[in-house]
Amino acid sequence: MMKTLSITKTIHEFLFGLMPEGVAMVVEWVLIAAVYLAFFALAGLLLVWMERRIAAFFQLRLGPNRVGPAGLFQTVADALKLVTKELTGTARADQFLYNLAPYFVIVAALVILSVIPFSAEFQAFDINIGVFFVMAVSSIGVIGVLLGGWASNNKYALIGAMRSGLQTVSYELSVGLSILTIVLLAGSLQLSEIIEAQRTGGWFILQGHIPAVIAFMIFMISGVAETNRAPFDLVEAESELGAGFHTEYSGMKFAYFFLAEFINMFIVAAIAVTLFFGGHLSPFGITESLPWLGVFWFMIKVLIIIFLMMWFRWTFPRLRVDQLLTLEWKYLLPLNLMNIVLMAVIIWLNWTF
Amino acid sequence: MSYFSDIYKGIKTLLTGMMVTGKYFVTARKSIITQQYPDNRATLKMFDRFRGEVVMPHDEANEHRCTGCQKCELACPNGSIEIVWDRIVDPETKKKKKVIEKHIYHLSMCTMCGLCIEACPTDAIKWAQNFENAVYDRTQLTKVLNKPGSKVKAGIED
Repeated sequence: MMKTLSITKTIHEFLFGLMPEGVAMVVEWVLIAAVYLAFFALAGLLLVWMERRIAAFFQLRLGPNRVGPAGLFQTVADALKLVTKELTGTARADQFLYNLAPYFVIVAALVILSVIPFSAEFQAFDINIGVFFVMAVSSIGVIGVLLGGWASNNKYALIGAMRSGLQTVSYELSVGLSILTIVLLAGSLQLSEIIEAQRTGGWFILQGHIPAVIAFMIFMISGVAETNRAPFDLVEAESELGAGFHTEYSGMKFAYFFLAEFINMFIVAAIAVTLFFGGHLSPFGITESLPWLGVFWFMIKVLIIIFLMMWFRWTFPRLRVDQLLTLEWKYLLPLNLMNIVLMAVIIWLNWTF
Repeated sequence: MSYFSDIYKGIKTLLTGMMVTGKYFVTARKSIITQQYPDNRATLKMFDRFRGEVVMPHDEANEHRCTGCQKCELACPNGSIEIVWDRIVDPETKKKKKVIEKHIYHLSMCTMCGLCIEACPTDAIKWAQNFENAVYDRTQLTKVLNKPGSKVKAGIED
C-alpha cells in the first residue's frame, strides 16, 4: 500500500472528506504527480543553470548573467526556445521507437524520484526494497538511450548508444556493490529505515569509516559513469560523435534527454546523500527538533555532491573505452569485493562507530 | 605490487587536477579573463596586433605617405584595393609624377590578411584597432582612404 505524503496530511484529509474515497485517491495521485513533475522541471532547469555558471567559473568566465538575477532565467528562456523548435527526424528512421526513446529516459528518472526521501515526511513511495527498486529502475533509462541511438538511423548515434550500453552494464555492478556495502551496515533496503539508522549512530560515512569512505568513492565514480557525464561522457563525446545518441533529436525531445541527464545527476547525488550522509538528517543533529528543515538539509547536501560531480566534469579528461573498462573491471570491481568483505568483518567485530 | 601504488598515484594526480581547477573556481570572480564587451565598451582597448581595418594615416598638414605605386593593389588577393591615379607635372622638376586621386578600400571584401600592409614600401597604410565595423548599407563599406585635398608628404619618394 502506498504511503502518501503525510506532510500534506491536511490536504489528504480535506480531499477524503470532500469526495468519495476512490475519487479522492485518484485526485491525490494526480496532485502528487503534478508536484513531482513540477519538481522535475524546476530542478532540471536550475541544475542546467548551475552547471553553466559553475563551468564558467571553472574556466574563468562569467557564464549566463543577463536574463533575470544572475542569469537565473536563462534556462527558462532556453526551454521556451526549445518548445518552439521544429521536431525533426531522419529519413527511414523507426518513427515509433524514435519518439518513444525520450519517454523511457524521463519516466525512469521520474519513477526513481518518487522513492527518494526528501524529508522524513516527504516521500511519495516508501517501498521496503527501496535501494533495490532504485537499482532496478535506473537500468531502464539506458534502454531509452539505446532505443534513441538505434532508431535515429545515424551511425554516430548508434555508436554512442552502444557505448552507453557497455558503460552501464559495467558500472551498474560497481554501483550495486558499493550500495550493498552500506546495506550491510544499515541492515535494511528501505530508504527511510536507512536514514533512521543514521540518526543514532551518526552518518554511515562516519559509522563505517574506512570501508564506507571507499564505498563512497566507488559510488561517486560509478555514479558519474552511470549518468554518462564527463569524464565518462564517451556516450555523447562531442569531439568524436557529434552529440552521441541524441544527435538526431531536436526541440523538446532533445530537451527531455537533456533534462533527464540532470535529473539523473540529482538522483545519484540524492542516493549518495541518503546512503552516506544521513539524507535529510541535520549534521550532528543540530536541528533535531525542527524536522521540517529536513528538505533544506537534504537539498544542501545534494547540491554539494552535485557540485563535486561538476568539479569532476570540468577537471578530468575523457576516458578511452579501454581505459573505462580497465578502471571498472581491474580496479573498481576487485576493490569493491574486498571492501564488502572488509565491511562484513568490521560489522562482525563490531568496530563501527 | 604496483597495483596499489598505481591506485594511490591515480588518486593523487586526480586530486592535484582538482586542486588546480578548484583554485580557479575560488578566484573566478576576481580573475575573469573574458572581456565583458558591451559593458566595458568605453574602456575597452584593443591590442596592437588586432586587425580591424586598413587605414591611411594623415599628419596635421593633411599629408599621407602614399606614392600611388599600386603595390598594395597588386598584393591584395581578392581585389579589395583599387587605386585611381593620375600623372601630373611636378612644377619644380618639370617631370611627370604619379599621384593618387582615390585610394579605394572595400572593407566588405577584405579578409584582413595584411598582405597590402606588408607590401607597402612607404608604410602609407596600417591596421586600425576599431572593431565595430557593422553598417546598415554595404556601400558604406567602400571607403576612400586618402582624405579629400590631401597630398603626398614631400621626400617619401626619394
